[in-house]
Amino acid sequence: MPVLRIPTPLRPYTDGLSDVTVGGSDISEALTDLTNQFPTIKPHLFNEGGELRPFVNLFVGENNIKDLQGVNTPIKDGEKLMLIPSIAGGCHCESSRSNLLDFAGA
Amino acid sequence: MTLPELSRDEILRYSRHLLIPEVGLEGQRKLKNSSVLIIGTGGLGSPVALYLAAAGVGRIGLVDYDVVDSSNLQRQVIHGTSTVGKLKVESARDKLVDLSPDIQVDIFNEPFTSENALRIARDFDLILDGTDNFPTRYLTNDVAVFLGKPNVYASIYRFDGQVSVFYAKEGPCYRCLFPEPPPPGLVPSCAEGGVLGVLPGTIGTIQATEALKVLLGIGEPLIGKLLLYNALDMSFDFVKLKKNPNCRVCGPNADIKELIDYEEFCGVPSHDHEDEGSAGAGLDITAPELSERIKTNHLKLLDVREPHELEISALPNATNIPLGQLAARLSELDSADEMVIFCKSGSRSARGLELLASAGFKKVKNLKGGINAWAKEVDTNLPLY
Repeated sequence: MPVLRIPTPLRPYTDGLSDVTVGGSDISEALTDLTNQFPTIKPHLFNEGGELRPFVNLFVGENNIKDLQGVNTPIKDGEKLMLIPSIAGGCHCESSRSNLLDFAGA
Repeated sequence: MTLPELSRDEILRYSRHLLIPEVGLEGQRKLKNSSVLIIGTGGLGSPVALYLAAAGVGRIGLVDYDVVDSSNLQRQVIHGTSTVGKLKVESARDKLVDLSPDIQVDIFNEPFTSENALRIARDFDLILDGTDNFPTRYLTNDVAVFLGKPNVYASIYRFDGQVSVFYAKEGPCYRCLFPEPPPPGLVPSCAEGGVLGVLPGTIGTIQATEALKVLLGIGEPLIGKLLLYNALDMSFDFVKLKKNPNCRVCGPNADIKELIDYEEFCGVPSHDHEDEGSAGAGLDITAPELSERIKTNHLKLLDVREPHELEISALPNATNIPLGQLAARLSELDSADEMVIFCKSGSRSARGLELLASAGFKKVKNLKGGINAWAKEVDTNLPLY
């Protein structure tokens, strides 16, 4: 089955796992399997309408699914999938007001 | 273009470069003729500036508005204990001039903003993004696109690093990959999440390498490629980046033609604000006020920091629910209680207060400035971090 690499910022939602084996024949199914295994990661990847958030970049091998067939991109057994996060680096802007409410589903 | 000659001293100083055919005398003269602008003199800016100065890049611009703090020194190796309290750009300049007295260092002791960015960046060949927040990253990208300059990008978080060369003339820009920033609060800052001190060293030296390759015109710069590094796995992965045809700044139908309000775009401040660590008018309690109130009133203290932070400092009798778990653990709290919520410096707790308020908790105050304010103003035996 394909293996999905989880970036550090999202590992709190995958019980600290850096690699998660996911089932499915395309990206959509793989992400459904991921969110079934780890439901709290879902709001970090999908918006309220169930679409992938625009800042979420998912790569199959070296290629962004946005350059392939999006969530319909087929995946093969053993393929390496990578979620690439948007990180700001060295930030001290703690004062950012959050949309935590969205993520809490409140 | 006539390249500047190297002096006898410079030939000796850069002899290890001159021995490499890919650099040689002509390459070294190119570097002497080059200029780079480094946005930020922090974790990434430190190794970038040191190595580019050592390499003989003729003119280096440094933009920062902060002062050196002792908590910087775990990773910001251009500064030192003797420069704590000094302006970062001055501290960095002094180190660079000591390292390479012949180069020119231009310092800009100001935040990099939409008002000054084009003016500052215009006269440099290349921009290095060593910033620490999303608004300045988007600003740096757009400036590079509008001025047609390469933007050597790097970003870090805990054990992860990313490096690429965004050069819209030849490949994608930062916005092609990240059209918009994550919502505020989704990605923890390094102040909240921490960073391995050596990580910006690893990533910053790769960033400096890419800058030298671009300036010298050698090798294959990371244009259209993103390097992903993880220190724990010691893994280096590369992915391909393509130009986004719908990119709002570098695409064929770009609709962003000038610099915008990046704080509004990202929904977060890029620079320190006076209200940092505050939940807003009427929602805060100061550390001295709290100290008085708990003498006479029963107040529930809610600590929303991560468990490992409690080992550094803690308030007695506080309940710990990390912010990320708060929404799921509301049932452990009683909305009838008078409550004071706190974290390290008051910002995470301000977000926690918002969450509690939306869930019907009306009697909650935010400890302004967090437990660090308590450590400064009430119990000076408590460590600051």
